[in-house]
Amino acid sequence: MNRSRVVSLLIVVVLLCLWEGYCRFFSVPDFILPTPSEIFQTTVRQTPLLLPHAAVTALEIVLGIALSLLVAIPLAILMFAHPSIEEALSPFLVASQSIPVFALAPLLVIWLGYGIASKVLMAAIIIFFPITVSLLEGFKNCGHDYVVLFRLMGAGFGTRMKLLFWPWALPFFFAGLKVGVTVATIGAVIGEWVGSQQGLGYLMIQSNARLRVDMVFAAILWLSLMGLGMWKLVNFLEKRVVRWN
Amino acid sequence: MLTVSHLCKSFPDLNVLENFSLTVPRNGFTALVGPSGCGKSTFFDVLTGVENKDSGDIRWLGESMANLGKKAAYMQQKDLLLPWLSLLDNALLPTRIQGGNRRESREKALAHFQRLGLGGFENYTPQKVSGGMRQRCALVRTLMFETELVLLDEPLSALDAITRRSLQSLLLLLQSEFKKTILMITHDVEEALLLADEVFVLSQLPMQVRECFVPSIPKPRKGSDPELIRIKEHILEELQGEL
Repeated sequence: MNRSRVVSLLIVVVLLCLWEGYCRFFSVPDFILPTPSEIFQTTVRQTPLLLPHAAVTALEIVLGIALSLLVAIPLAILMFAHPSIEEALSPFLVASQSIPVFALAPLLVIWLGYGIASKVLMAAIIIFFPITVSLLEGFKNCGHDYVVLFRLMGAGFGTRMKLLFWPWALPFFFAGLKVGVTVATIGAVIGEWVGSQQGLGYLMIQSNARLRVDMVFAAILWLSLMGLGMWKLVNFLEKRVVRWN
Repeated sequence: MLTVSHLCKSFPDLNVLENFSLTVPRNGFTALVGPSGCGKSTFFDVLTGVENKDSGDIRWLGESMANLGKKAAYMQQKDLLLPWLSLLDNALLPTRIQGGNRRESREKALAHFQRLGLGGFENYTPQKVSGGMRQRCALVRTLMFETELVLLDEPLSALDAITRRSLQSLLLLLQSEFKKTILMITHDVEEALLLADEVFVLSQLPMQVRECFVPSIPKPRKGSDPELIRIKEHILEELQGEL
């Protein structure tokens, strides 16, 4: 372990100790602020309860990512192939980003119901933009000399896309995906807050109402672990796929 | 034979080519030498079809065409190897794109790798080998275009002096062994004189042929040859007068 890791670990330990000490010394009731040790116990002991909810949220996130990829990749290719389409669409894309996604959540629940569909769409909307933009930037980043070489070899747009632009853009794509997966949890959880019957967001709202603050913290902890896990997974995939960087 | 006659190309505020004419005999090695910014690159852009010509005629083996597009292989200063492909796969790109017998091409490429001193490095990625080896690989890729005509755009100017010398002898193989017809642009006068049968010295914009030299020294030539040095000094003085 290097020094910076030790320092960051030390900061966490000190903060947790201060928190624990504060709660115990001032006898803070656990429905206001539970101690870290209580939260830890709940997080581990309540695994049978947390696990199915986490699985639902995870499913929503994964489907959301898949859905946004399904739209983002063809759209980025289309905009790259036809700059006029990019010009026509980009104001809408940017405008769509200035709408707070939170504002859309209640509408999506009305339209798509309390099931996972509305949450999948929320997650997809939130990550769609960074992926599309980074992929498009990646395509555009390709060196002009390479494009000329490929033209001289007789490569049409499809061939250039497959053999040149796509691999070229992969590092950009993964950069966008990394941003995407970390914010995807936000989309799913907000969707669950607004209206749902399962998922970690649902569990948080329910526990909050019952003053089970330890459970709220446990759900948050699980969420952040999930986010971290997905980030690591994308990192791992990137290392496997993009070996030349 | 490659014949370019009365080629014109101008940009809104710049007249680059005006009635430019040039002939490269079949299996010949012709070099164009000129000061930077004399329009050499635009000339190549027009030849390869990156830019459209305004007027004039481009003929290869008697056939008139808008540009040399698929008739010519092209190699430039940057090796333009794809970092995600092995050296062998990079060399096989033209085959992969143009279609063709993969196994046959593979055999051919492997033979070229041996011939150009890259044997054993077929599966290395470009970033694992030296600049000289990368350029050798680019040369193999150029050979894999399967075209008789080869356009070289400052192919060695990114290399160090030692690597350059060994690559120069490989460029000579293009003519002697692979029977290519070669047109090279360069600003390195000595390199042009070492390699080419005919050396055209170009003027500033609009680009014109100022002088033509046909060194009578047999190849491979040496930079220390008195005639070569004499012509080189002459050309350099000419070019200095241009600036």
